[in-house]
Amino acid sequence: MNDGISTIEQQVLRDYKYGFVTNIEADEAPRGLNEDIIRFISAKKQEPEWMLEWRLKAYRHWLKMEEPKWANIKYDPINYQDIIYYSAPKQKKAPKSLDEIDPELKRTFEKLGISLEEQKRLTGVAVDAVIDSVSIATTFKEQLAEQGIIFCSMSEAIREHPELVKKYLGSVVPVTDNYFSALNSAVFSDGSFCYIPEGVRCPMELSTYFRINAENTGQFERTLIVAEKGSYVSYLEGCTAPMRDENQLHAAVVELVAMENAEIKYSTVQNWYPGDKDGVGGIYNFVTKRGICLGDHSKISWTQVETGSAITWKYPSVILKGDYSVGEFYSVAVTNNHQQADTGTKMQHIGKHTRSRIVSKGISAGFSNNSYRGLVNVSKNAVNARNFSQCDSLLLGDKCGAHTFPYIEVKNNTAIVEHEATTSKIGEDQLFYCNQRGIDTETAVALIINGFAKEVMNQLPMEFAVEAQKLLAISLEGSVG
Amino acid sequence: MLSIHNLHAGIEDKKILKGINLTINRGEVHAIMGPNGSGKSTLASVLAGREHFEVTEGTVEFDGKNLLELAPEERAGEGLFLAFQYPVEIPGLTTTNFIKTAVNEVRKYRGEEPLDAVGFLKLMKEKMALMEMPQSLLSRSLNEGFSGGEKKRNEIFQMAMLQPKLAILDETDSGLDIDAIRIVANGVNKFRNENNAVLVITHYQRLLDYIVPDYVHVLYNGRIVKSGTRDLALELEEKGYDFIKNEVEAV
Repeated sequence: MNDGISTIEQQVLRDYKYGFVTNIEADEAPRGLNEDIIRFISAKKQEPEWMLEWRLKAYRHWLKMEEPKWANIKYDPINYQDIIYYSAPKQKKAPKSLDEIDPELKRTFEKLGISLEEQKRLTGVAVDAVIDSVSIATTFKEQLAEQGIIFCSMSEAIREHPELVKKYLGSVVPVTDNYFSALNSAVFSDGSFCYIPEGVRCPMELSTYFRINAENTGQFERTLIVAEKGSYVSYLEGCTAPMRDENQLHAAVVELVAMENAEIKYSTVQNWYPGDKDGVGGIYNFVTKRGICLGDHSKISWTQVETGSAITWKYPSVILKGDYSVGEFYSVAVTNNHQQADTGTKMQHIGKHTRSRIVSKGISAGFSNNSYRGLVNVSKNAVNARNFSQCDSLLLGDKCGAHTFPYIEVKNNTAIVEHEATTSKIGEDQLFYCNQRGIDTETAVALIINGFAKEVMNQLPMEFAVEAQKLLAISLEGSVG
Repeated sequence: MLSIHNLHAGIEDKKILKGINLTINRGEVHAIMGPNGSGKSTLASVLAGREHFEVTEGTVEFDGKNLLELAPEERAGEGLFLAFQYPVEIPGLTTTNFIKTAVNEVRKYRGEEPLDAVGFLKLMKEKMALMEMPQSLLSRSLNEGFSGGEKKRNEIFQMAMLQPKLAILDETDSGLDIDAIRIVANGVNKFRNENNAVLVITHYQRLLDYIVPDYVHVLYNGRIVKSGTRDLALELEEKGYDFIKNEVEAV
């Protein structure tokens, strides 16, 4: 229980722990973006013609769009021609089994605490590991396949399960949805695909680990999860990147589809490199995540712990289409130093008797800015819709900012929508009380913030919760006292 | 064990303690009484190391160490415990988790191995029985929604768990009814032994009916103006603090 605290004493963890670079040769596209680059990516992935057309359509649309400006974040303009859109670790041939993977790559994932080896069996987590633009390995594929579960990289899904990909890709987040999702649709390189057949309860946590390694690259992964009638899946996502002085772009799209009585639980621990103490470097994290509760009585639950990235722009949302469907959003967003986060959710109530719950905990320290932005929308026919939102902010120090932008649009008068918000500061009294019990200030801060974030942490699967607690503590080291 | 010599302290330009002298030995219970604003709680805070107060003069020696040089958590590690007048609340942090962290941090300071879950649970069960501490309080968030009595019980329970050399009770009786005072006092009496010491800070003598002190000191205007045995407390009760004020002003 206290693992999360004892680690902070290790002074080595003061810096971003995952900031190393793996020396592997990469197979890269030239810098910049044009139709040829998109053809290059599509060819590299041996994609069918329809996929290339889909990408080109997205690209042509993207060219006509403008970068959104409404978020409460500031950054220099991104030069989209200065990014490398495809980078793959060079492997002589596609690995057939884990034994054939470049040992250097395997070590990278081991350093990150993700062993691709069979010992993962012990924790019962199936892992898909994505480095830069490609998926390196997916574990437990065969065991999952026995139950009809498909868990593989998106590239593989396009080749092996084109009918499913065609049907669902872009069905929740259309190509034209927004600037970053259009860009992603044009250049996405890999990601995870997961399909749970009717009535199947996925026997293990499915997990994808994303790693940006190469310089000047952007990562554009695409994840699609489809849960058929009466199925259940819990999915985890983790992300890290090396420390680099320039900003790197990460623009992912995640789509979830839940049929009747299906449930999808999607958890993220986002720990991209946040930049240094002066705000130099770090990942620009512009992500579109959306799920649709297509069937009656379906449920989608997003849980996110956001500690990394220089900028986070992300609103995991749920479209509650099926009657009696349920959407949940649990979030802890931590910003320190010069990090900026504008994050929240959208709950679109369309079906009758739909329910949603939003619990957002923002923690700001240093010179950072942390905004919650949320929309609860109840449409005309959504009889008896119910929403509860709770947005709490915790401030450490007096140079950081916390903001809440809740939007509520209700078009049906049977709806009940509740919003609660609090802002608090870690008090000198609380710290002194802990100190007097022998607990130093940094450990005390960790205890207080973990207490603050507990309701969200409780939603995480066990093996992630411990990791996430440590992460919270580490992200805020040195921010008080 | 504790030796305070000519201690002066205050906030900014305001002097609050104006030359405190006090020696406490092992096995002793001392009580400090005094009217409101005399500096009782300031003395407790200064001993515990609250940064808010500035020490301008004097020395405090605790078990051979210069107490004033130590950070608050080091003082706790050395065995100094303060039962707060107003214990703070920490939402979402269970009392058990808080105490476990405290116990292990103090052990670490002393170069001892941390207690594992089993060892901690055993210690906790033992002290819960001793202190009549209900399990339900321990699984709740630290002090959140606790009644005044529950908060003070929790303080005394933590004292029992941490086994300090010197326990300072800062107006632990304030706001408690007589039953709660009795429970708290029972806890303190069970804690007392020949190797530790207790400093009871109180406004009223009634707590001293239950925790019987060896020495009573009267703090007035930042100085200890009178010391004596238990009888002094009774005299104060009878005559009120005005008798001290008059006496001091007459001098």
